[in-house]
Amino acid sequence: MAGRRAVRWHIGVFLAPAVLVYTAIMIVPLLGTLNLSLFARGEEGRVFVGLANFATLFGDPRWSGAFWNALGNNAWFFLIHMLVQNPVGVALAALLSSPRLRMAAFYRTAIFIPTILSFVIVGFVWKLILSPIWGIAPGMLDGIGLRSLFAPWLGREEYALTTLALISVWQFVGIPMMLIYAALLSIPDEVIEAAEIDGITGWSQFRKIKLPLILPAIGIISILTFVGNFNAFDLLYVSQGALAGPDFSTDILGTFLYRTFFGFQLQLGDPHMGAAIATAMFGIILLGVCVYLFGIQRRLRRYQF
Amino acid sequence: MSLARRSLARSIAAHAVLITYTVIALFPVFVIVVNSVKSRRAIFADPLAWPTAETFDPVGYQTVLRQGDFLLYFQNSMIVTVASLFFVLLFGAMAAFALSEYRFRGNSLMGLYLALGIMIPIRLGTVVILQMMVASGLVNTLTALVLVYTAQGLPLAVFILSEFMRGVSDDLKNAGRIDGLSEYAIFFRLVLPLVRPAMATVAVFTMIPIWNDLWFPLILAPSEATKTITLGSQVFIGQFVTNWNAVLAALSLAILPVLVMYLIFSRQLIRGITAGAVK
Repeated sequence: MAGRRAVRWHIGVFLAPAVLVYTAIMIVPLLGTLNLSLFARGEEGRVFVGLANFATLFGDPRWSGAFWNALGNNAWFFLIHMLVQNPVGVALAALLSSPRLRMAAFYRTAIFIPTILSFVIVGFVWKLILSPIWGIAPGMLDGIGLRSLFAPWLGREEYALTTLALISVWQFVGIPMMLIYAALLSIPDEVIEAAEIDGITGWSQFRKIKLPLILPAIGIISILTFVGNFNAFDLLYVSQGALAGPDFSTDILGTFLYRTFFGFQLQLGDPHMGAAIATAMFGIILLGVCVYLFGIQRRLRRYQF
Repeated sequence: MSLARRSLARSIAAHAVLITYTVIALFPVFVIVVNSVKSRRAIFADPLAWPTAETFDPVGYQTVLRQGDFLLYFQNSMIVTVASLFFVLLFGAMAAFALSEYRFRGNSLMGLYLALGIMIPIRLGTVVILQMMVASGLVNTLTALVLVYTAQGLPLAVFILSEFMRGVSDDLKNAGRIDGLSEYAIFFRLVLPLVRPAMATVAVFTMIPIWNDLWFPLILAPSEATKTITLGSQVFIGQFVTNWNAVLAALSLAILPVLVMYLIFSRQLIRGITAGAVK
């Protein structure tokens, strides 16, 4: 035997900075939070209560109503993104990637612009536009004779969440568009040429040739949307406040966590219940990611060019 | 119908759809910027009109520039974003290279460990992060923000970059090794230039949430000297909710820098994407 291979120090050197920063600033605080969820405030400092906080969260009527409401709202928020944002993003990318399209760079840049704006701006801008006081939205609907359709969408329980989800879709449609666009561009010309020689063009070319090739990208976008939506907080907080009005109809897990963790007008902050909610959110997200990794990604063939 | 005419019709339809969507995307920005230079009366009377000589009134900007310290906020945001981006790209690419290039014990476990962070909102650890920053005296410094954003950006960077690095030809790297290049030289001189398009993509997706973040500046660095532009404009909008001129001007000023930055950056991004695809 020629002896063992030398220790490959370079692997450690390459990995160390990322692993150290990531562990210290992300993993350690996260574990600290999970740890907090197992305690409660006692007479003298905190006491270990095991899983009692979770029993309270899922079962105690004072908490469970708010929790299931937030979870249901969050699911609806996600559904709208999947049904509107991602198909629109794919369609825009497909149009943009058609060869010989003029001004493609302009469209791409313009459509991506909302994505770069902060939630502070987006929430406030749409509140102004949709507000009955300023009257841009009612004025425009008046212009096309549909004034009667106007309602203070952000102020009505039945519309507020959907309106906010659509605002979020408006903001983030650029991300699926860009990712799908890049995936479409990376399809080699030979594949497209072969399809064209066989007389497959237009819509059927997209459906039969391109779509299967970009499925892995669509899968990644779906899971990113899921994770993003179940972490969402800012837009709802900026436009509806910590109470997620009207009457908690726009409350999602992020705002529920914030209220519980830091408190608000009507209650004191409770880090332990907050940590329990954070842990529940973590579990939900973990579940979604596992479904994606083991249920969906495994079935998507990777095409190597 | 001839092929040429069909493709003309199709291209007109494509432009119609894209123009419609572009208008939808830009409309709110247009409304804000146009109204920010109009008088209060004109803002309400005709919000969709261009400013004219009569309705032009920069009073909003005067208020904002007198009160706020937008240049300092902008500088803070710039420092934080650029520094975090640099560390995310450098450390992320290094880790991605180690994971995609070498087989070693615990390789896929390490990959999974780093990828976990994609789905963990770093915010869930805020209380503990705040305690750590207080303990190390980093509260109200930009360093605290850079550290948090570097940790936040790394997982996605590692994930995307290692996908791309798997695509770099082994023959090229092995040719480099035969020519006596060290592993570091292979990484910096052969692999990094080849994954530049992916780096640009990662950069855009890392930069946006950092620039726009409200949460961590509010908690870790709320002092006047370390405020970022997002926090600064949020505080300002909160104070002047009834002064529409000032609010619209503040919104425009908050949009402007990130818009300019994106327009500069997007060329890079688009060149990156297309270069990667054409090769």
